[in-house]
Formats: sequence, C-alpha cells, structure tokens
Amino acid sequence: MWEFTSPRKILFGEDALEYLKEIEGNKALIITGKTVKKLGFAEKVSKYLEEAGLQTKTFDEVEPEPSIETIVKGAKLAKEYGPDWLIGLGGGSNMDAAKAIWVLYERPDMEVGAISPLEKLGLRNKAKLICIPTTSGSGSEATWATIITDSAGRTKLELASKELVPDIVILDPQFPKFMPPRLTSDSGMDALVHSMEAYVNQWRNDFSNAMAIGAIKIIFEYLPRAYNNPDDIEAREKMHVAATMSGLAFGNSQAGLAHSMGHALGAIFKIPHGRTVGMLLPYVIKYNVGKTAELYVEIAKSIGIQANTNQKYIETLIQAVKDLMEKVSVPFSIKDMGLDWKTFASELDELINRAMVSSETITNPRIPDEEELKRLFTYAFNCTEVDF
Amino acid sequence: MGYEEKLLFLSEEWVKRFVEELNKNQIYFEAAKDWEGDFLFIVNTGPKVKSEIILYLDLWHGKCQDYKILPDRSAKKTEFIFEGSYENWEKLAKGELDPIKALLVRKFKLSGSMSKIMRNVKAASELAKNCNRVPTRFL
Ligand SMILES: [Fe+2]
Repeated sequence: MWEFTSPRKILFGEDALEYLKEIEGNKALIITGKTVKKLGFAEKVSKYLEEAGLQTKTFDEVEPEPSIETIVKGAKLAKEYGPDWLIGLGGGSNMDAAKAIWVLYERPDMEVGAISPLEKLGLRNKAKLICIPTTSGSGSEATWATIITDSAGRTKLELASKELVPDIVILDPQFPKFMPPRLTSDSGMDALVHSMEAYVNQWRNDFSNAMAIGAIKIIFEYLPRAYNNPDDIEAREKMHVAATMSGLAFGNSQAGLAHSMGHALGAIFKIPHGRTVGMLLPYVIKYNVGKTAELYVEIAKSIGIQANTNQKYIETLIQAVKDLMEKVSVPFSIKDMGLDWKTFASELDELINRAMVSSETITNPRIPDEEELKRLFTYAFNCTEVDF
Repeated sequence: MGYEEKLLFLSEEWVKRFVEELNKNQIYFEAAKDWEGDFLFIVNTGPKVKSEIILYLDLWHGKCQDYKILPDRSAKKTEFIFEGSYENWEKLAKGELDPIKALLVRKFKLSGSMSKIMRNVKAASELAKNCNRVPTRFL
C-alpha cells in the first residue's frame, strides 16, 4: 500500500488569484515575510479576500529558514485573531511557517518538534490552509513537509504530516514574474532536481512518476526563457506549474542524494539551496546510473533525446542538464561556488555525517557508504567526473 | 560444509544470534553510533502467533547492550515500541518492506518519538538489514 496526497484544489494560470474572491469565511490571516510584503503581494491578496467579505490581518515576520520563535509568535497572533483561513504567501520558508503556525493554532497543546507523520494532528477544526507560492521551486505548496530551525539556529527540524498538505493552492504567474534572474534560476533548478530525484527514487510510484516526467519536460523548455526574460508570462506560468508538479512528485516519492548532500552543504556553508542541488545533479546522475540506467533513459526520451545505446542516452542526458545549467548560470562545482579547499576540507567529515543519516540518502537508488560520500563531495568540489 | 541450520525467526536462538551479528556489524555501528534508546519489538497476535512475541533490545551507541524475550509488554518500560503482524515482520526481515515506509503506511505502529526515528533512518534501515546476517526460517 502507498498513497498519493495532494491539495484538494489547485488554481493556476493568469488571474488565478481572483479565486480568492470566492472564498467563504470570516477572517483570514496572511502569513508572509518582509520582502513579499514590500512587493505589495500581501495587499493584493487581502484586497481580494475583502471583496469576498473576509476580514484580514497580515503576519509579516517570517524570516528565511523560519525559527521556532517565529512560529510561536505567529501562532499567538492566530489565537488572538481567530482566523478560519490561513494563507501562506511567499517562497518555501513562508509556506513552511504557515503550516507550522497552523498546527500550533489548532493544537495549542503541541510543540513544533512533535509534528510527525504518525501523530494525529486533527487540523481543520479551526481553519484551512491556502498556499500561494511567489517563487517557482520549493514545492512546499504541494508537500506534507515543513522545515523549521531550532532556537540555536543549528538544527533544522524536518517535520512532516499528511495533514499539512494545503487545502487550496493558487499558482498565479503575476508573482514569480518579480523574481530576479538569480532566484529564477536557483528555484527552477530546485524544481528540476525534485522531479529527477523523485523519478529514480526507491519510493517512486506511478502517480509521482507522471508528475515528475511532466515537470521535467516543462523545465527544460521554459526555465531558460523565464531566466532570460522575466516578463515572459507564458514561461513564468509554465515554470510555476512545473514547480508544484515537482512538489507533488517528490512529496509522494522522495528526493535523493543531491538533496541530502545539498542540505548538508547548505547548512554548513550557507549557500542557496536550489543552486547547490542543481550543481550536484550531474554528479548524482552519474553515480546512480549503475543502479537505474533504464530510468534515466526514460527521462532522456521524455525530453526528446534520441540515441542508439543506453550509455549514449545517459551521456546526452547529463550533457543536456549541464547545458541547461550553463544557460541559467548554475556553477558546475563547489569550488565554483566560491569555497576554498581548506575551508571545505575542514568540514568534510561533518558534511559526510549529515548526508549519511538523511532519509533522502536511504531512499536514493544507490546508497553510498562514508567512503563513497567522501569521494562524491570531493569530486563535486574539484569538478571531477564520477568514475565509480 | 557451508550448511548452517536455519534458526526460527524471533526464537531465543535467533535473537541471540541476531544480537551477536549486530554487535559485529560495522555498518550498523557507524549508522547508529549516536543512537540512545531502548525498544520493545512486538509481533501482534494473528493466525500464526497465538500470543504476542515481545523482544526487548537496549540499543546504545551502535551496540546492543541488553536483550531479552519478555513474557508480556508490561515487563519493561521502554522509550519505543514498534509493533506489527507476523506477516509484516517477515517481510521486514526479508528486506521486502522498508521500516520507515512501513511506519508511514501504518503496517507497523510506533510508540515514541517518530521525529527521533526520522533523524536516524539509516540506523533503522541497517537494524532491519541485520536480519540478513542470521540464517532464518519462518513459521
Ligand atoms: Fe529542494
């Protein structure tokens, strides 16, 4: 037995935001961060909700990598205000925060760290959740996970519950249009890696596969367009949809080694998530190929690659990934991300430890031991092609 | 030569051998070196099992420090209880069922902190894989 969980309703395309005018309820709490608020997005959302006859309030204190303190503060506000809708507006951090605030609002007896797939949370007694992503990448709007950082800022709690999947998702291209090229590229690569990893993961299934392949096709075609021309609204819309499809793919399968290695690198060296997992992707494909060549051949075929042998298919696929990376200015190695060997090497053991214990490593099609992880990290630092 | 008697899954001899193998298992040791926490592993009653089988394992820093088959679940208070049917235990031991996935689809029930388990998935998976090291027969 396995299951596919998804939001009840996904509105997408130009003017999708207008769906808010049809929402029935009394009060909505918009949960977002300062940047998104400054862009006027929260105001837009609340205007539509007011047209629907709801009162609104905005909590705009979510920081990148939201902390437990922020969640507690947001939940306190929710308790005082008493909304029947929570709106997570922004990138992955804001939506993750909305999910966690929602739990504490519904369950004041609970602590953030206790959120777990086995715990019956009993959400939706007080409020429902709408997620409105403004970047095209994290997929948080479609997943049952939320990442919250503990008070000391050292440990990221990766929490999950199927109840956290939002009720409604709104994908309106007017928001990602404002992403600068760098963010377009980072978030778009994140989405690509979600789908590529979900497709070959041990937890893959027919539903997640369909979402993954659909998204991969879109990303190869439209990411360079969105990167080169921020106002290409068709490309923005396609990338926005693909990011959510990728969320549905990895949310119902699992991400893999590029993510466990990427999370370790991101946590220690504070480098952007999407860029990091994107940079790692060619290494991970090459490493996985021995176990799952035929799955990578299927991916290659889906983006129109033609070849005579499996090996040729895979070589061409890796080249296509690298071409895409080049088009959207993703570095090819850890070194190219600006780290020097000494700094990197001093943290190598910690990187290996962190990547080793992650569930994304365990469900990857090929599971590395410490020695192989060391080589993978080192190869990725030096831009060496994986040969083992 | 090379023939080794197969031990009945979860019998006294099987558990003894499982623990001996676990304490020699370098891969498990590495994966679980930070783990602290004891378990009751319980096989629920069903067509093949008349009364619950209860295995106590005290797992500490990559080793098993103590183990026992208990007469009933109240005999020991542990941080974790992991329980399921004999059929699912058999699948887990044969490597046909991944322990974390099994929890997510409720083939097994866990009492204790799931988030602590999720931070140690590698250890959980290597613990299950250690069954491979014991020549096993099933009911
Ligand atoms: Fe990601």
